[in-house]
Amino acid sequence: MFVFLSPSLSLFSSFFLCLINIKMRILVGVKRVVDYAVKIRVKPDKTGVITEGVQHSMNPFDEIALEEAVKLKEKKLATEVVAFSFGGPKSAEVLRTALAKGADKAIHVTVSDAEAAKAEPLHVAQALQKIVEQEKFDAVFVGKQAIDDDASQTAPLLAGLLDWPQALYASKVEDGGAGSLKVTREIDGGLDTIKVKLPAVLSADLRLNEPRYATLPNIMKAKKKPLKAIAAKELGIDLTPQTSVLEVAEPAQRKAGGFVADVSELIAKLKEKGLVKA
Amino acid sequence: NSTLVVAEHDDATLAPITLNAITAAGKLGNELSVLVTGANATKVAEQVSKVAGVKRVIVAQDDKLKNNLPERVAPVVLAAQKQFNFTAITAGSSAFGRGIIPRVAAKLNVSPISDITEVHAADTYTRTQYAGNAVTKVKSSSAVKLLTFRGTSFEPAAVGSGSGAVENAPNAEIAAGNSEFLGQELSKSERPDLATAKIVVSGGRGLKSGDNFKIIYALADKLGAGVGASRAAVDAGYVPNDMQVGQTGKIVAPELYIAVGISGAIQHLAGMKDSKVIVAINKDPDAPIFQVADFGLKADLFNAVPEMTAALP
Repeated sequence: MFVFLSPSLSLFSSFFLCLINIKMRILVGVKRVVDYAVKIRVKPDKTGVITEGVQHSMNPFDEIALEEAVKLKEKKLATEVVAFSFGGPKSAEVLRTALAKGADKAIHVTVSDAEAAKAEPLHVAQALQKIVEQEKFDAVFVGKQAIDDDASQTAPLLAGLLDWPQALYASKVEDGGAGSLKVTREIDGGLDTIKVKLPAVLSADLRLNEPRYATLPNIMKAKKKPLKAIAAKELGIDLTPQTSVLEVAEPAQRKAGGFVADVSELIAKLKEKGLVKA
Repeated sequence: NSTLVVAEHDDATLAPITLNAITAAGKLGNELSVLVTGANATKVAEQVSKVAGVKRVIVAQDDKLKNNLPERVAPVVLAAQKQFNFTAITAGSSAFGRGIIPRVAAKLNVSPISDITEVHAADTYTRTQYAGNAVTKVKSSSAVKLLTFRGTSFEPAAVGSGSGAVENAPNAEIAAGNSEFLGQELSKSERPDLATAKIVVSGGRGLKSGDNFKIIYALADKLGAGVGASRAAVDAGYVPNDMQVGQTGKIVAPELYIAVGISGAIQHLAGMKDSKVIVAINKDPDAPIFQVADFGLKADLFNAVPEMTAALP
């Protein structure tokens, strides 16, 4: 099913893997979102979706990004993994989870819940940029999209702000040699492979890895790991929204059409509608 | 006032989603320009100049732009913006468009808006959130609009009748040192492309193995259909990820969608519920997929699908 259009460089890069150790410090963005299993309800006044009293957790794609960073540390390709979250007071919860899953430190860029509700990916990218500039990271990993706004913007926005190369929708990350990463990406028609020179921004796709669970001893240890809070205002980020929400509505509901008795009735119905040849 | 569409192509042919993006961009109400970047951009620009509604085609042909890496395309877009002062810079919401538009937006200090499904006015759009469970109407106050459009939500622009003027892009400093294209593996299929197929047949976990997908392929070939899959089938390793229909895969809206052995998780529904007619074949009558299906068939797919294939002309 697959056609390989270029010669494989894997032999070459595994050779480098033995010779060159990248010593990366990785910043990983993690967002607190409504848990993926929650059935979303739109508020009756159409101003948003109901988030109060609803289970929240770490954005699943950010979990994958974090897992990859922790794995790189375990493979001695990274030296430190720092978790980052932008959000209201409760975002500290997902940072504790990140610490329990292997991050060494955490940075919480704080805003009020009201500000968080209006914050745009651009503001989050600006906060990441400030932290990167203050603490000199070599790579930033985030999920390919957050499952609340489905925007898929933070990684390329940050790459633009920092003027770093970007490797989006990563499904495989390898040492690319000479201070670079070789990244296989999920694109519309299949996969492509690129090499990005560090420092770089990476976004994690679904198949990159399977995130680990936080074990009880690690959850206990995480309580002692450093978690630093900085107000977004102290970083000098302008939180003025550029996008206003006019209305949030339920999607149009489809009506179930009911059951057909068998294959011949199904085909007859489809012929009636002109969907298959008579 | 002019709107820019950044074209996606494979150095030979324009990607179909760019035609959808041209239609969407046309709804913003301004004159349309299309930027074609690449190592073979002049050839693609000829195709673009014939697309209905395109007034100007801006060409940046440079070997450094081969494969259109975002780090190299962004400076070209910015140079064009400097010269033409577009009111909107747009692209289709594909891996390419979602990579380039926010990168350019960052340089212009603009909040981009992703995956627009409807254009109401030059500054007002609809998009979805929470895997399609919330439909959000937004208004952008940014000086320049940076937008991506969902392909399946807009008809493709007609090719043939246009007569856009072709001109060269302004010079841009293209730094080529920090990223490199190594290669790609594209799924090669004789079947219609999932995103644009009129009929799509998708298989789920109910197929039980990758080998059993052959009954899906046989039905699809009889119908001239594209083949998709649920995330569960992809996660189980039955089929490659680029066949995935859903929130984290492809969003499709064909005339006819046939879901076989798919339970209908919210995640999957987000990718196919705009299909005109939905058929569901599943042996579990309580599967959520039946709640969105126009025609439900409660049956063992291993009997029903081959029977259907055999019965079709």
